[in-house]
Amino acid sequence: MKTLLTVTMVLMLVALGGCASTPSEQAGAAVEDRAKPGGPPPAAVAKPTPDTGAKPLVDKPLGAAALKDPGNILSRRSVYFDFDSNLIKDEFRPLVTAHARYLQQNPGAKMRIEGHADERGSREYNIALGQRRSESVKQMMQLLGARPDQIESVSFGEEKPKATGHDEPSWAENRRGDIVYQGE
Amino acid sequence: MPTAIIRPMKTSWLHRLACAVAILIPLAPLPSAHAALTIEIIGTGATQYPIAVVPFRAEGGLAQPVTPVIAADLARSGLFRMVDSGGLNPLPHEPQDLNYSIWRARAADAVVIGSVSQLPDGRYDVRFRLMDVARQTQLAGFAYAASAAQLRLTAHRIADVIYETLTGAKGVFSTRIAYIVKKGKRYELQVADADGHGAQTVRWSDEPILSPSWSPDGTRLAYVSLERKKPVVYVQSLTTGQFQAVANYWGSNSAPAWSPDGRRLAVVLSKDGGSQIYFINPDGKGEPRRMTFSSAIDTEPNFSPDGELMLFTSDRGGSPQIYGMQVAGGEPRRLTFEGSYNVSPRFSPDGKSFTFIQRNGGRFNVAVQDMTTRQVQVLTDGSIDESPSFAPNGRMILYATEVRGRGVLSAVSSDGRVKQRLSEEGSDVREPAWGPFPK
Repeated sequence: MKTLLTVTMVLMLVALGGCASTPSEQAGAAVEDRAKPGGPPPAAVAKPTPDTGAKPLVDKPLGAAALKDPGNILSRRSVYFDFDSNLIKDEFRPLVTAHARYLQQNPGAKMRIEGHADERGSREYNIALGQRRSESVKQMMQLLGARPDQIESVSFGEEKPKATGHDEPSWAENRRGDIVYQGE
Repeated sequence: MPTAIIRPMKTSWLHRLACAVAILIPLAPLPSAHAALTIEIIGTGATQYPIAVVPFRAEGGLAQPVTPVIAADLARSGLFRMVDSGGLNPLPHEPQDLNYSIWRARAADAVVIGSVSQLPDGRYDVRFRLMDVARQTQLAGFAYAASAAQLRLTAHRIADVIYETLTGAKGVFSTRIAYIVKKGKRYELQVADADGHGAQTVRWSDEPILSPSWSPDGTRLAYVSLERKKPVVYVQSLTTGQFQAVANYWGSNSAPAWSPDGRRLAVVLSKDGGSQIYFINPDGKGEPRRMTFSSAIDTEPNFSPDGELMLFTSDRGGSPQIYGMQVAGGEPRRLTFEGSYNVSPRFSPDGKSFTFIQRNGGRFNVAVQDMTTRQVQVLTDGSIDESPSFAPNGRMILYATEVRGRGVLSAVSSDGRVKQRLSEEGSDVREPAWGPFPK
């Protein structure tokens, strides 16, 4: 069973690497984030990935402290989307990847992904748009090895805007998926 | 979690109205300065029926005089022109008191007269007669026994009879509306009379509440609350105040709509991935039955009055459009083709048309489409109009709009000629739903 799971995970990672972004891009972005100036040193970091295209199957597990560590990518929780889109942009792939890895390494961890939409249009349709965004994040995490039952994707539609203005910068801020771990 | 209660939020209302011909209806007495919903009328019907409503005998001593409510109801419809009944001494209360030449001179086609008297059990006997001025005959006349608390409702019922007698359509003055009020961080689901009076908070929460939907018998509301940090569909009894979650599946649960027989709810669930339409029992028991099977968004279901058709919003064709499908089964059929954003469909009570929101440029407006001819009429010109629902007689459409950055409720006649605005001062009102005829 465990072997099967590992094989499946490898296949999923290969599939993702082939169809989405390259492993080197992901590793590069993750390194850049860890080296972000100003932040305290991370409490626990993933093993540095050699830029060979190969992905490590087992990282040193990260504790829950990493989720709150401003220097760790895991403290970043928001994925932003373009208008009427649920496509996860390249800049957010390292973030989603890091959380997927955390879920994989912490089988007891669970999260809710809260989708949001901007204020324009029908409230119920916007619930559905936010749902599509949160599911898009969930699907990517599943491809990266998180279990479906670790992630509940839900939507707040336009009901809980982060930015309350009625202009494009506010709308862009509200087209979002937020990651919230159980117990937070 | 707040306990479910039905309690009166407002004991008094400022009720002011003026019709387009600048006749001011006398203000109702104001027991306190607790102003709330005000109704403003913009535009009138193509023809207005001139009618006089004479103050009833002995109503002056009541906490709630009856004729101001009747006159306000009739004027608000836009279909009546109120004829002044001032300057008469004594006022006519019985048919034999009427001097028809006076009313002909004032160009009234009909006169409403009546009286109020106290019954031995403390209730009131309210009686009225609707008299035809030209023929000098009675068109309608009824007597009601009402407690003091029922006087407003009695006035609405009298207005319903007058409206039906003179226009041929059932009146909706004694129906109720539901809507959400946002007060700071607090959300209140309220139910009020169709004229905005007598509002009661049915449920409140510090998390958003949306999408109230009336059961066909008017005794229950289904709605969506985010109090559990995700959308969950609740059903609440308006008689006992008790509520329960009826759709709380993995993911989001939203957009409840009652079948006309009240035996099922259409809801949108994401438990199987994607927002899809399911039928559930209104008590939440049993397994949801999936009704749509797409990889797109399917939401905002609404049943036809005969229960055979279901309208919904879907972006399966690339943009959100309105689709119709047979409830018994069959492929959904696209119904809207004008524009790239058509959402929030609701059937008219006769099932011959539906109202919806259409985006035109950057504006969102209330429109009506004929089911047979597919002809579309845009009825409003606000910038953000939302959540349209028909009055149960099909003559008006209630919707939410924004004025100076805050939500207000408005209504437009289904021919687009008469517009009313209901607004609550200092708060944000949205998500209106017009209730059914009382059973």
